[in-house]
Amino acid sequence: MSNDPIDTGSTAGQPPRRPRIIACNQKARQLAAMVLAQRGEARALTQDPPPTQYPYGCTTIFAPGWEVDSGNGTHGLCQPIERDLYDCYHTCYWPAQVPDGVTNAPKWTMSCGAPVQDWKSLDLVFP
Amino acid sequence: MQLQTALHRRFRGDGGLEFVYVATSAAILGLDGDTAAIVDAFAVPGGRDDEAWLADRPDRAAASTALHDLIDLGVVRPVGEPAPPRAQLPPMPFPLATLVLNVTNKCNLSCTYCYEYGEDRLTAGTGSKGAGKPKMDDDTARQSIDFLLRSSGDRPQVSITFFGGETLLNFPAIRAAVEYAEATAAPLKKRVHYSLTTNATLLTDEVIDFLTQHRFGITISIDGAKEDQDRHRTFQKGVGSFDVVEPRIRKLLARNKERKGRTVGARVTLTSGAAPVPATYRYLTQELGFDEIGFAPVTAGLGREYALGEFGYQKLLREFGELAEDYVAAALRNEDHGFANLGDLLRELHQGVNKAHPCGAGLGLLGVSTEGDLNLCHRFVESKSHQVGTVATGVDEAVRTAFLQKAHVDQKTDCTQCFARPLCAGGCYHEAHVRYGDATHANLHYCEWIRGFVDLGLSVYGRILSRNPRFFARFETS
Repeated sequence: MSNDPIDTGSTAGQPPRRPRIIACNQKARQLAAMVLAQRGEARALTQDPPPTQYPYGCTTIFAPGWEVDSGNGTHGLCQPIERDLYDCYHTCYWPAQVPDGVTNAPKWTMSCGAPVQDWKSLDLVFP
Repeated sequence: MQLQTALHRRFRGDGGLEFVYVATSAAILGLDGDTAAIVDAFAVPGGRDDEAWLADRPDRAAASTALHDLIDLGVVRPVGEPAPPRAQLPPMPFPLATLVLNVTNKCNLSCTYCYEYGEDRLTAGTGSKGAGKPKMDDDTARQSIDFLLRSSGDRPQVSITFFGGETLLNFPAIRAAVEYAEATAAPLKKRVHYSLTTNATLLTDEVIDFLTQHRFGITISIDGAKEDQDRHRTFQKGVGSFDVVEPRIRKLLARNKERKGRTVGARVTLTSGAAPVPATYRYLTQELGFDEIGFAPVTAGLGREYALGEFGYQKLLREFGELAEDYVAAALRNEDHGFANLGDLLRELHQGVNKAHPCGAGLGLLGVSTEGDLNLCHRFVESKSHQVGTVATGVDEAVRTAFLQKAHVDQKTDCTQCFARPLCAGGCYHEAHVRYGDATHANLHYCEWIRGFVDLGLSVYGRILSRNPRFFARFETS
């Protein structure tokens, strides 16, 4: 399962992981982007935000991103990171170290379906 | 608050991966064990109280976050929530994309199941004489092109499909239309794409040369190997057509390959007693060399001997399942496979198509009769009851809009609880007209078939997605 882009997280012995939903088809990606954008707007409007904030999208709806998980830890995050490469690409408007698939680089992943195996085939994207 | 899972279908991929197809949005979501459990827990009649449910969770915070993610994504919704406003019709006049020219209503074959000449025809004519003018004249063909170009708004490409009768009985009109379209579309900076359906009996060298030169998308109606082809696809005296069409098809496929033409497809009409689908598929692709094969269960009123019947549909679904295994194997190698029904379904599933109307008929597509009357589609061309204008005077927008309002899936109460509605939207207008005498009626006689086929598509989607997701990149719209 190591080349599986959808991480079931069912490996025995791992600590319990938070629930995950993955946007699979194009419609689901649009929907997820919309939900994340709405949450982002709601947050920006908050006058007195709670003390600890993390990018809402990656760490709550979908697979944990590269930051921290809901318990502020990094233990349960995807390793190696190639396994998680597309999570910030597909559905997230948040500025990340990968091109975003929502507006700027919709075809970035065309050459590479399983990044754990063939991430080298991903092209550079120049802004 | 009382919450309930929206209309959906659950399915699995390989390695225990869980998915849900959400019929209200046509989104496909991958779920882990916990979110899958939530989707299932709230999928009960009348819904469930979220507080009571959360109170029983060992990790309440995590469960609550997951539940709210599902609520935001529209998978779980409050019971009794007012339905979202009905999707409006797009602004009219809707720009035309495809015009189907019925260049003749005559045919040199007398296929026993044919909806144009058989017991289920809509026209007033008898036998192969048909109704109305037997052939479209060149002027009407040219007028049709003018109508298409001026009705296509700012679309950069339009499609012209030639149909019949046997389309090639009126090759002069096809040639006239293509030559005229080439000359008139270029100054408007529009590309024109041509396609045609034929029974292959009249594919001469001259015709083959013309079709491949203009990069026609070609569909050939053929039912399989000799025995299957000759069962229903006969000349008027009852002689089978296989021996006539086979050498011509081989010639066309060879020439098309030489010129690197578009894919050539076979359209197989499935009747009771036909050979198994996988065998027909293999014969047509491997022996004859077709690129892709589409299978269509025969359109039939009640009681026709060639109709499939309930048992026939179950058998057909099993055979589709067998052929789907080949498709999955090809997809895992990242190769195309020519099972057109499944390929089309997977494309729609991946894009998340959510239809208000079952097809483009009356919207982006219209059919033209031999006399220049506009109808919903090619299947209705001689039926005055579904005329929406003429190529000379244009579309009667009031008639067209009234039909589309009535045909909207939200008007089909039979479809409200069906997970397949984003893809089916009630099914073919012509099928409904033959079966119920009402083109806007939902095709209830093949619901089980559609649901079975969509289930097959979902399971194939899940299996490919879990093992080679890059396969679906070919279906993405930018």
